[in-house]
Amino acid sequence: MTEELVNIEVNGVPMKARKGEVIIRATDREGVYIPRFCYHDKLPIAANCRMCLVEVEKSPKPLPACATPVAEGMKIFTNSVRATGAQRATMEFLLINHPLDCPICDQGGECELQDLAVGFGRDVSRFTEKKRVVKDKNLGPLVSTDMTRCIHCTRCVRFGQDIAGIQEMGATGRGEHMEIGTYIERSVDHELSGNIIDLCPVGALNSKPFRYHGRGWEMTQHPLISPHDGVGTQLYGHVLRGRLMRVVPRAFEEINETWIADRDRFSYEGLYSADRLLAPAVRQSDGSWREVEWEVALEAAAEALRTAGAQLGVLAHPSSTLEELYLSTRLSEGLGGANLDHRLRQRDFRGDASVGPAAGAAGAAASAPTLGLPIAAVDQLDALLIIGANLRREVPVLAHRVRKSALRGARVSFLNPASFEYLFPVAEYLLAPPAEQIGQLASLLAAAAQAGALLPPQIAALVRAAPVDEHHRAVVAALREGTRRAVWCGALALRSDAYAQVRVLARALAQATGASFGELAEGGNAAGAWLAGVQPHRGVGGAPRARPGRNARQMLEEALPGYLLLHTEPWADADLPRVLQTLKGARSLVAIGPYASPELRSVASVLLPAGSFAETSGTYVSLEGRWQSYAAAARLLGAARPAWKILRVLGNLLSLAGFEYQSSEQVRDELAARLQLPAPGGAGAAAEAPAAVAASAEEAALAGANTSAATVLDMPMYAIDAIVRRAGPLQRTRDGRARPQRYGNGS
Amino acid sequence: MSPGPNGEGAPAEGAGSAARALPELPGEVCAEIDHWVAKFPPGRQRSAVISALRVVQEHNHGYLTVELMDAVAARLQLPPIQVYEVASFYSMFETHPCGRHHVSVCTNISCFLRGAEQIAAYVEKKLGIRMGQSTPDGRIFLKREEECLAACTGAPMMMIDHVYHEHLTPEKVDQVLDALE
Repeated sequence: MTEELVNIEVNGVPMKARKGEVIIRATDREGVYIPRFCYHDKLPIAANCRMCLVEVEKSPKPLPACATPVAEGMKIFTNSVRATGAQRATMEFLLINHPLDCPICDQGGECELQDLAVGFGRDVSRFTEKKRVVKDKNLGPLVSTDMTRCIHCTRCVRFGQDIAGIQEMGATGRGEHMEIGTYIERSVDHELSGNIIDLCPVGALNSKPFRYHGRGWEMTQHPLISPHDGVGTQLYGHVLRGRLMRVVPRAFEEINETWIADRDRFSYEGLYSADRLLAPAVRQSDGSWREVEWEVALEAAAEALRTAGAQLGVLAHPSSTLEELYLSTRLSEGLGGANLDHRLRQRDFRGDASVGPAAGAAGAAASAPTLGLPIAAVDQLDALLIIGANLRREVPVLAHRVRKSALRGARVSFLNPASFEYLFPVAEYLLAPPAEQIGQLASLLAAAAQAGALLPPQIAALVRAAPVDEHHRAVVAALREGTRRAVWCGALALRSDAYAQVRVLARALAQATGASFGELAEGGNAAGAWLAGVQPHRGVGGAPRARPGRNARQMLEEALPGYLLLHTEPWADADLPRVLQTLKGARSLVAIGPYASPELRSVASVLLPAGSFAETSGTYVSLEGRWQSYAAAARLLGAARPAWKILRVLGNLLSLAGFEYQSSEQVRDELAARLQLPAPGGAGAAAEAPAAVAASAEEAALAGANTSAATVLDMPMYAIDAIVRRAGPLQRTRDGRARPQRYGNGS
Repeated sequence: MSPGPNGEGAPAEGAGSAARALPELPGEVCAEIDHWVAKFPPGRQRSAVISALRVVQEHNHGYLTVELMDAVAARLQLPPIQVYEVASFYSMFETHPCGRHHVSVCTNISCFLRGAEQIAAYVEKKLGIRMGQSTPDGRIFLKREEECLAACTGAPMMMIDHVYHEHLTPEKVDQVLDALE
């Protein structure tokens, strides 16, 4: 598609602009600066701050650059006497009611108003009348307010309207009495609402947890990756004297644009919780804990691991770094065992049976959990079916992309065990209790068969009798018609008791309709854990293990002699009863992680303090297959060490070969070499969806026991990992106070 | 002591979907709102907010409450804040309890030159209330002094429930105000 270009002239310099675009977009692209407050690249145009007034030839008045489309031959002057005069006058008006309290304002030093006042303001205020004062609003535990500072740019209002999809804030009153707020006192609850902090060009909306804690120029900025979901959101950590003070978005168009979820922004508060483990500790024979030197603790840990040997059970949280996960695989394999898993909340592992000696080559075709398409392509989907996902809570940034595509006209359908609020048009919402999910999928497949799709024989036999109604037909029609279509399984599907069947059927549906297939696996590094071989049935790169070990559920239902926990608290991370009792049955339990809760102290024998995601260098592999590495941002607390170094030394103490890593990059590169990947760090294309998944063994699982998935657990979004569970401000939000939900009957 | 806006206190939860029970709008009010909604293209029900609020305010004897605005928002399928914005913007809408009859005395230049100040003072004295207040019996609400209502030929003037009363004298004020129910 060729775009029509027009010729314009800015300050006497000729340039090209796209026909119909506004002046400020063209000048931004060409590097000509025009001051602005209300204009934002991602928000609709309001033209209400008037800061971007420019002179346009033949126009009797200065025009707002953010709302004036370019035209052929247009001559624009951004710094003529008239333009700068208009800008200076606007600035003077904006400052009439602004309190100019920069010395006590958190925004000071990183404030657009401050910057532009220096550039365009007067030295001395001519305004001697009284300034107005606006009462501050209480918007909840995340966003602090100083509404007297507000200049009414309405970016926060437009964010609610157009990005979040639910307008929580508005402009009430008029004239001098106009105020930005919620009118009645209420919190802003949307899972992306923290972004209004970044959008606010002045100090009216700021981070409440960060309030009065530091200044922009005192802190150093370090790139980080969000460990909480598989999107791979890019973050900046701002560090003051070694402490992570706040987290802000790192704009990256291909993943998170300029947005991050509140979970990514405020989870850092959990790093400094009271139960941070500051020194290695060993449990004494009388049950008490003694803090010891690292050498003593590591010896004790190595001894425990050596004793457990091949019987060792390794449980690693999927939010660990790739290096940590790979080294736990190597450690487990070095001890001759295969009891290791990262799928802590999964309950149905029958799909694993499709690998092993019996499955042969078909089993090797499986791939790491993947979205099935690049994240940036989600905006462009024509049809999407999401099976079992509380999407906005599981992957907020991805949900925003889905919303964009739905607003563009994509037909987005859900098959869910409960109704969730989606702030976009939903084409079909198939609501079915967990026990009926399989039946619904069968009906969808039957609808596909009726529409002419070819189904594999085993599946065709299974779905023949399934009842089909117009809703099923509509979903299938949407999936068959568009050019870009996808079927995803969300966390509610992954946690269900019949996941193996759901997965086979969902995949078959994707294949029958020509859609791509994706799994929204939990944790920031589920794909990395899979590649690193942290599962009992498949080793590094998914190579089937000759002798599969025990999966997470088996390990947590029946005690093994010894355990190694990596960044996980299985009693909170798994959906199983009596986890603590099971773990108590072990002779030894070595825990590597940042925290030591009373529960952990009641089951562990050795505690090794490790750095959190922000305190170690590491790599995360997102669901689109992108490898993203970063260096440690914050200083380690107490005697804590990066977990990859702890694992490395444990490998040395166990005399395992090849544990002589000098850096986390070396660990990563070794894994990449084993996976035969190009040098990591670059853009990884989405792992190719396996072409012929019709692994006969998988269908054996399908044809086997038709387990009724009685219930499924919906974890609150701020309970999914150890860090967010400890993030105080998040816990005080509406979502933080939510209790886990169980859908379906029974218990 | 209640915590300030930037303390730790949690405000009321967002209205969201799990909203508190809304007052039910009577059938004739709903019918009139729907009549106004029908005048706009589908999906443009936001255009009917002013009319809907006017209908509801009249029915509620001259003022709006948060609950009523929420009910209007629910009826029009809008976020409540969009209704609050309109209600707080226009001076025709009262968002606090006030008297049934809305009285506005013009004090702009023409009326001023013809003695509006004395008329305003007389009204205040007669009713025993100041501008912006309502009589204790809930009969009369003395709105703020209006700026020009475009009836300069009849100055001084006042407007009562959208009806103009011109060429005011204290006697005429007595007559008009005493006649209000």
